Amino acid sequence: MKFSFTDEQAEFRNVLRRFLEDKSPTTEVRRLMETDTGSDPDVWRQLSQDLGLTGIHIPEAYGGQGFGISELAIAVEEMGRSLLCAPFFASTVLAATAILKSGTEAQKKAVLPGIASGDTIATLALAEASGEWTTDGIAMTATQQGDRYRLNGTKSFVLDGHTAGLLVVAARSEGSAGRNGVSLFTVSGDAPGVERALLKSTDPTRKIARITFSDAEAELLGTEGTTAAAIDSTLDVAAICLANEMAGGADRLLEDAIDYAKMRVQFGRAIASFQSLKHKAADMLLDVELAKSAAYYAAAAVDDGDDDVPAVASLAKAATADAYMQTAIHAVQIHGGIGFTWDNDTHLWFKRAKSSEVFLGGSAYHRERLMQQWNV
Amino acid sequence: MSEHTEESVRAEVRQWLADNWDVNLPLLEWRGKLVESGWGAPHWPTEWHGRDLPVGLVPFVDEEFEAAGAIGVAMIGIRPLAAATILAHGTDLHKEKFLRRILTGEDTWCQLFSEPGSGSDLAGAITKAELKGNTWVINGQKVWTTSAHRAQYGLLLARTNPDLVKHQGLAYFILDMKQPGVEVVPLRQMNGHASFNQVFLTDAEVAPEFMVAHDGDGWEIATTTLMHERRGADALKKFQKPSSRPERIFREQADEIKIALEPYTWYPQRAGRADLVIERAKQTGANTDPVIRQEIAKVMTLSKCAEWTARRARAAQQEGRPQGPEGSLGKLASSYVAKTSNNVHTMISGADAMLTGEDSPMGGIIAEILISTPAISLAGGTDEIQKNIISERVLKMPKEPRTDTNRPFKDVPKNLAS
Repeated sequence: MKFSFTDEQAEFRNVLRRFLEDKSPTTEVRRLMETDTGSDPDVWRQLSQDLGLTGIHIPEAYGGQGFGISELAIAVEEMGRSLLCAPFFASTVLAATAILKSGTEAQKKAVLPGIASGDTIATLALAEASGEWTTDGIAMTATQQGDRYRLNGTKSFVLDGHTAGLLVVAARSEGSAGRNGVSLFTVSGDAPGVERALLKSTDPTRKIARITFSDAEAELLGTEGTTAAAIDSTLDVAAICLANEMAGGADRLLEDAIDYAKMRVQFGRAIASFQSLKHKAADMLLDVELAKSAAYYAAAAVDDGDDDVPAVASLAKAATADAYMQTAIHAVQIHGGIGFTWDNDTHLWFKRAKSSEVFLGGSAYHRERLMQQWNV
Repeated sequence: MSEHTEESVRAEVRQWLADNWDVNLPLLEWRGKLVESGWGAPHWPTEWHGRDLPVGLVPFVDEEFEAAGAIGVAMIGIRPLAAATILAHGTDLHKEKFLRRILTGEDTWCQLFSEPGSGSDLAGAITKAELKGNTWVINGQKVWTTSAHRAQYGLLLARTNPDLVKHQGLAYFILDMKQPGVEVVPLRQMNGHASFNQVFLTDAEVAPEFMVAHDGDGWEIATTTLMHERRGADALKKFQKPSSRPERIFREQADEIKIALEPYTWYPQRAGRADLVIERAKQTGANTDPVIRQEIAKVMTLSKCAEWTARRARAAQQEGRPQGPEGSLGKLASSYVAKTSNNVHTMISGADAMLTGEDSPMGGIIAEILISTPAISLAGGTDEIQKNIISERVLKMPKEPRTDTNRPFKDVPKNLAS
């Protein structure tokens, strides 16, 4: 269903929207963004145990709900809309997908039920100081010691890396380069040799950590040195989910800006009646709807098993990132001076848009990747 | 009427075609039989060349015609708009005189709405209709009139009473184009084509019985025509492929299609031809330039997103769900695709963008793109009008205060030339 949602999907969205309106109003967002953990344990418990969201795309055999990426995408779109502060993207989107694509049957059975139930909060530690979400960017090394491994190196830009109980870490065999020799490992968040630092993030609703590994003990996921394809495909799913999250945020920004314009009176009339503003709003709506089309199409492409998922993932990431940022800039402008104040909520989404622009790779990177995927 | 099913309709059409379709008939004779049978316009009323078939079943009739390779009625150009307007608002005299010849293709029609002084603001028409004795006498100028030089009849919007407010002082006429007071002059566009005409009306005459509905109803009737114009945007495409079969009937039809499509040869180019971007980049080697690669990716992304958005709108329609905002955005999206494609084609072509005609790449296609894309932001509702519609109807933003609807039309400021 690349171009429409089923009645069940639409109902799922409605339920979720109501839940998030209730649990994640901007007063809560503002409260949680000032904390170090950046999440409310009660809300996390409800969204994982009552709604089953944390296991949404995890197969039932591993304790999940067994839905597709389209349903996962609806969930993150709604979370992007409400700016939910929770380690959902880290744990369910990134870590669970990486384990699903790289772990052995026994490992999936051992680890995924905890993520699905929300009891385990996991994350994916891939990028390093260079800020690249590619296998080429992995410098960190793994050395085998008996049936365990030792990791050495530093990961950065790790979502919720300071609180996650389980780290899925990308590293390479010593002496390897490029796509060869890359593997994923699991490391306990509190293992000896793991040092975690919460970084100051532009978007305070998205917590980011730097993690240094010094001879940290790790378990190999799957087979050593053969994980590049699994990482690529995890990153495709992640980019598609981020695209949907961004579409949700952009939609909300547009809605709030138009509501404000209808209310705000200058020169004796609502500013929403001025053509200069109406034309800007029409362009914003076009940007947002085009972005949604890309995000929805890409999620359905994964579920349909399409060959061109890498291309549409990059297309959707670049399209939605540009649209989100542009919408945020316009939204501040429509609010006028008040849009630049801390008390006005627009900056909360503006910052998410800015952070999302570069998270998982910027638009220029994804456009170039699209060109390569299309053999241009 | 509702006892029809897909199967029963298909069977009936198939049988009728088996009994009647004959490639050796002249086109007009075949169309005459077709119109009599009601299969040419099956959703029309039975008394007016139709069969009262529910609209939802018409595609199955079309498919059976296609499967049999049979030629349908001449619903192309302005004819379908004229027919829809006459069916909705015309008198029995209008229906008697015009409908059959619309279906057979004997008459060609044109639409006389736009004027030099009223483009986006169609209701600002100042072409005058005055009742002198028992005849309406028309004076004024119309513009952007496709096929006016071939048309027997024109759908005319004219002002009968400037003392009334703008939208009330208008009437809608069926104008005989083949009379001394009607002068048709081709209008040359910036891309060199002349797809449209200017029509000068000097004491042209219309008998009172060829007013559609009543004096003062002009705007309402014009709205019906425009609604069908928007809805039928795809109807043209359906007829674009004439058969290559040698029999006379197919040659006659091919000529008819060729004439009808004559104004539109450059239309693909006005859309910017994003479909040629990658091919051209590979041809010229521009695909190795990292800056141009970024621009190619941008235009292809925009073009894909526009295509997928249109498919979302269509899916909603097919599933009978209310369309979301995606349904109102297609035209504006096309404008941006066209503009962006134009930029990228220029980057790819480099200095070749200075050349036109056979000296330019792809036998002139690229040059035609570079100077034709402004049209897509103008024709059928400018980008600005589209944005007003989107902001007012979808986003529910208030209208600008108006100064032209609260006083007699004669007191409304107008263009100097008029």
